[in-house]
Amino acid sequence: MEGQAVKAGFDFLGIYGFFDGLMPESLDWLAFLVAGFILAFAIINALVVSTAVYTWFERRALGKFQSRLGPNRWGPFGLLQPIADVVKFMSKEDTVPDGADRQVFTLAPIVFVATGFLVFALIPLGSNDWLSRLNIGLVFIIAVTSVNTLAIFMAGWSSRNKYAMFGAMRGVAMLISYEVPMALAIAAVALASQSLSTYTVVTNQEVPFMLVMPLAFFIFVAAASAEMSRTPFDLIESESELGSGYHTEYSGMKFALFQLAEFMAPIIVSCIVATLFLSGWRGWGPIPGQVWFILKALVVLCALLWFRATWPRLRVDQIMEFAWKGLFPLSLLNLFAVATEIQLLRDPVTGALTDSDMWAMAAINWAITGIVFLAVSRMFARKQLQRPLPKPSPLANMGAEAE
Amino acid sequence: MYGAGMAKGLLVTMKNFVKPDRMFTVQYPDRKVSPTELAKMSGVGVFTFMRKNPKTAFKAMTGQMTVPARLKQHPRFRGEEFTWYEQRCTGCASCAKYCPLGIIRIVTSPSGEQVQEGQKYHLDVFDIDIGRCMFCGLCVEACPYDALHMGSGFEEGKYRRKDLVVTVDRLKSQPKHPSTWFRPQIQGKEGYHPHGEKDVTWQEAGRHEQPSRKHQEEKWAKR
Amino acid sequence: MAIRTEPVTVNLGPQHPSTHGVFRLRVTFDGEVVLDVEPVFGYLHRGTEKLAEERTYVQVVTLTDRLDYVSAMTNNLAYVRAVEKLAGIEVPERAKYLRVISSELQRIASHLIATGFLLQELGAFATPLMYCFRERERILELFEMLCGARITVSYMRPGGVLQDAPEDFWPALDELVKAMPQYIEELEGLITSNEIVLARTKDVGVLTAEKAINASVTGPMLRATGVQWDLRKADPHEVYDRVEFDVPIGAIGDTYDRYLVRVQEMRQSLRIIEQCVKQIPKGDIRSRTAYFIRPPVGDAYGAVESPKGELGFYLVSDGGIAPYRCKIRSPSFINLTVLRDLLAGWKMADLIIIFGSTDIVLGEVDR
Ligand code: SF4
Ligand code: SF4
Repeated sequence: MEGQAVKAGFDFLGIYGFFDGLMPESLDWLAFLVAGFILAFAIINALVVSTAVYTWFERRALGKFQSRLGPNRWGPFGLLQPIADVVKFMSKEDTVPDGADRQVFTLAPIVFVATGFLVFALIPLGSNDWLSRLNIGLVFIIAVTSVNTLAIFMAGWSSRNKYAMFGAMRGVAMLISYEVPMALAIAAVALASQSLSTYTVVTNQEVPFMLVMPLAFFIFVAAASAEMSRTPFDLIESESELGSGYHTEYSGMKFALFQLAEFMAPIIVSCIVATLFLSGWRGWGPIPGQVWFILKALVVLCALLWFRATWPRLRVDQIMEFAWKGLFPLSLLNLFAVATEIQLLRDPVTGALTDSDMWAMAAINWAITGIVFLAVSRMFARKQLQRPLPKPSPLANMGAEAE
Repeated sequence: MYGAGMAKGLLVTMKNFVKPDRMFTVQYPDRKVSPTELAKMSGVGVFTFMRKNPKTAFKAMTGQMTVPARLKQHPRFRGEEFTWYEQRCTGCASCAKYCPLGIIRIVTSPSGEQVQEGQKYHLDVFDIDIGRCMFCGLCVEACPYDALHMGSGFEEGKYRRKDLVVTVDRLKSQPKHPSTWFRPQIQGKEGYHPHGEKDVTWQEAGRHEQPSRKHQEEKWAKR
Repeated sequence: MAIRTEPVTVNLGPQHPSTHGVFRLRVTFDGEVVLDVEPVFGYLHRGTEKLAEERTYVQVVTLTDRLDYVSAMTNNLAYVRAVEKLAGIEVPERAKYLRVISSELQRIASHLIATGFLLQELGAFATPLMYCFRERERILELFEMLCGARITVSYMRPGGVLQDAPEDFWPALDELVKAMPQYIEELEGLITSNEIVLARTKDVGVLTAEKAINASVTGPMLRATGVQWDLRKADPHEVYDRVEFDVPIGAIGDTYDRYLVRVQEMRQSLRIIEQCVKQIPKGDIRSRTAYFIRPPVGDAYGAVESPKGELGFYLVSDGGIAPYRCKIRSPSFINLTVLRDLLAGWKMADLIIIFGSTDIVLGEVDR
């Protein structure tokens, strides 16, 4: 990537170059630091603000799904509701339970939030607005998202509450299990795009990977919605069972941080999905790439919201089964299929894949997906949808009496 | 087909999303209005309305315009207040005896007037402690002279418990909008609704205005 | 390698989102698996039975509203039936029909709540619950027309009902009866064939017919086990012998069956209402009774099929104006007795939904 011409856009090198020009040679490190700070500031604020807007959006949309109104009092259409929420959170007492591990208890929300911010730095919003040029972006994403397992465990363990502990143990088991299919799905993407950098994944994505490998897309979305613990996989904080799981004991700003991370997760996931599977900022016509990107992310976001509004949650063992017996073999199959196809189709000399190769892959993969889904649904349908017909128990004597 | 049920569920929620005609949120004490509604309220077309009151129209379009809203409520609704007619009450204290909680306090002194069927008493105290009342309406049911009626309001939140006691002065002075609960004579009145402007006079509130001799004999002499 | 483990005891409640009020379950878990359950209740005890001894027979009606606060109509009905038996009071025909209509409406409302909260406990993000509440709202509006209140109705009196339905009640009722099957359909579309619901509820928390009968479980919980026992058929009170309806039963008595039975009962209730509206005669709605009823010395037991099961009032009279003793057989309380058998061996998530599917109301359990 280093060879590429550096445009003075809003990315690290651009800002760095600007400050470097202002400062003497000996203060290079300072320019580096300032550029870093500015970028971090920009990312964090953009993400926090968009999360605030998203909480409003989610609540309104859920309200519509549930045929109620949702918040509409504060400001136009209730848009100021997030601000009111924050004010409320800040004015709450910040309690630490008796006997809790204070340091870990305080650290957990920070760790939880930080991972989200770190991931977001890698997402290319447009053809030249990308904040970090990491050439192992995909590996970084997998690595960093697994840190929130640690955060959840910290929160659950330190708060000395059995519900929190339950939530944390469930969380650790579930998140680690779902990391595997997710990583394998990303591996297929990396294979097809022949790169590990998020930027190159998009530039090499002539055909959206969602079309090329629907199975990987399905696995990724399922695994990602488990990673951020949304229905049907929201058993970490399953409200009806555990109160609120690992953050039962949190209040005030710490709780707000958890909420922030939780609402940030769908945004980040939909951004990642848009990047990896929906060809990122690429689009048609004169509409700028950023708009395309946001549109795609929004579509994913809305779909996730729709699922959340409709489906109940699975049980813990069913979720683990789904990960290890369902998604894991499927992702292996997908990876195998994609790798074989690439080996067969790619140009033997340059190793590049053309558009037509991609479409051929798409056709094969769709066929595979169809067959797999039919087979699986057949298998389950026979087992699950059958019920014995009710017949009156011999113990019942009501009919005799009535006659 | 496995997964069809889940898809069906998705369709159901989507149907409710795109067709929110069965939205059941009630906005209170005021509700947000759109410019179309405002125009309809003032009886002109939308565009005329927008041209005439651009400021209001803009406010309504950004969702900041509210109009006071009253809850839809059946005239029979047993509200958190009482309507009481001094002229009808004889001070018999049936209501006090019949209240399961015993929260009606009545103190009378004879006034010596002969009104209707009973000796008329002067009501010195008529306290209903609605802080403990459960609005069962048994007192209303018990009142033989139709002097006590359920009200229809519900905005009775107070800061002190003692303010929750409905006193005789308040009962006398407050507007008379009785609920039609257990009062068929009011319910029969054309188009009456407690939310309306019109008071119900004490003559109208009674079931047996001028008891005939025969009626009285029937009612009392046979016992 | 064996890892040493030890059971955890968790207090589920009294402040827990899915205990239907203030209820406490002391649960011993082995990991996620329930080893032992000990229900602890009494947090909502208001001494209804004792209070009834100090109230006149009519005043007790207001107490019964607060027993099972999501089905006040059937509570009223059970109580006034006991009083009528005790004092030998006749009930006019029209009042009987009004009673049946209102208590069937109440049954739908109560089952809607049961279904909604079951789904809420399954983790559906409030959507089915909101839909259920939306339909229930319409029934409550009808109650407001009938008797001026939505929850604490106090509608029935010994000897009839408090007052006749207003004119606008009948068109509204017709409209509801016409629209309701559609709503139930919609609800079923969301739930009945949903694979997640099936996976969660099927074969979970199975109650066998024998066990149910031995524990004298009643209501949808009993019928889900396949026992076709319904007081409305077995001991037809009011006008239940004049209307046609089926008693839906379940196949094996699991959580899903309990849900299915409830949904089908809603349909049957609509059927009953439809027929009642056709049959209802004109006439009195309340026979003349004294304000202070003085039944002869004796006792009587009046029971109805409330949405939760057989709700019975056992009244003893000493000839005074207040019952000498009032014993309430509340279905929720008795259905709770099988809880330990139902729950042991299931996972925590199952515990919540099995408990939810028993559909208890704490106002009735603690009384
Ligand atoms: S409404 Fe009921 S509780 Fe209230 S004062 Fe009247 S009888 Fe007593
Ligand atoms: S309000 Fe009615 S029952 Fe009460 S004292 Fe007056 S007349 Fe008697």
